[in-house]
Amino acid sequence: MGRPVQYNENSKVILADIPEGYSGEGFMATKFDQVIGLARANSLWPLPFATSCCGIEFMATMGANYDLARFGSERMGFTPRQCDMLLVAGTIAKKMAPILRQVYLQMAEPRWVIAIGACASSGGIFDSYPVLQGIDQVIPVDVYVPGCPPRPEGILDGVLKLQDIVKHESLRRRHSEQYKGLLSEYGIQ
Amino acid sequence: MTNEQLKELLSAKFPELSEWDESYGLLSVRVPAAKNLELLQFLYNDPAMQFQFLTDLTGIHYPDRAGEELCVVYHLHNLVANIRIRVKVYVPVAAPDVYSATPVFSGANWMERETYDFFGINFIGHPNLTRILNVDEMDYFPMRKEYPMEDPTRTDKDDEMFGRG
Repeated sequence: MGRPVQYNENSKVILADIPEGYSGEGFMATKFDQVIGLARANSLWPLPFATSCCGIEFMATMGANYDLARFGSERMGFTPRQCDMLLVAGTIAKKMAPILRQVYLQMAEPRWVIAIGACASSGGIFDSYPVLQGIDQVIPVDVYVPGCPPRPEGILDGVLKLQDIVKHESLRRRHSEQYKGLLSEYGIQ
Repeated sequence: MTNEQLKELLSAKFPELSEWDESYGLLSVRVPAAKNLELLQFLYNDPAMQFQFLTDLTGIHYPDRAGEELCVVYHLHNLVANIRIRVKVYVPVAAPDVYSATPVFSGANWMERETYDFFGINFIGHPNLTRILNVDEMDYFPMRKEYPMEDPTRTDKDDEMFGRG
């Protein structure tokens, strides 16, 4: 008689690797950097800031076919207070820039930003007076996803790249002179 | 009422109307800037006219027409008889003063703000003539035809992103 819960040996689910460390019988010792980085990377809370067609691709990314939830970003939060991954998807007009910046400022550390698509990254085809020529003029960006609009695979790749950054980021990075210098370039304290 | 009848009635009341035109069947007329409010009021109130719906209000810039570079266009609609008319006002770009249509059409409020925002037309008597679509800090009127296609003085463009670094 089989056990009520079985371990499926044919499962294709890949579990996260155990971080490097020292282990013995009944214990394991590792660094906070790695454990917390692992936990953060696999539970990024996305805050979608979708203004145009890239937002539609992002919706497909969250949908059943592409399913961003597979990578731990299950729940979108529509408040900056709870989220740590800001996804800017779409054209940002100059009039929208202060609002985007305010949303970024309201996010708690640690926070990361993905610029999805050509418009968010560089202004895209809108080489024009009312359009912000890339959101990196008002907030720092961690990952740029190219495409006009990018396919959901592209967005997934961007999120995976960000997970890489998060996983290997020192817990102290956000206290580092480099990071503080970056933020002060943007006038953020 | 046909366009001809409308034209006769209007020219009897306002002899200063000029540049009558009927392209695509839409009667179009030019009115001096000093008289535009009077004409709009008449078109609104007169029982024979009843143009009580302001379909659109916008601006045009004709850089080659010296002394009358800027134009304000009103599209009016008589919803009862289903007749339309287009009214144009020309003003010099040096002094783009036009009386606001807001006393007649409340709906002109935002459209005049937009026209001010993009063409810099100064609507006299407008309750709140401020920019509506562009950033408040903007110090030029972007839809005027006085800028090069690619503005070399712009500092916000990152040429590297466009492959021309």
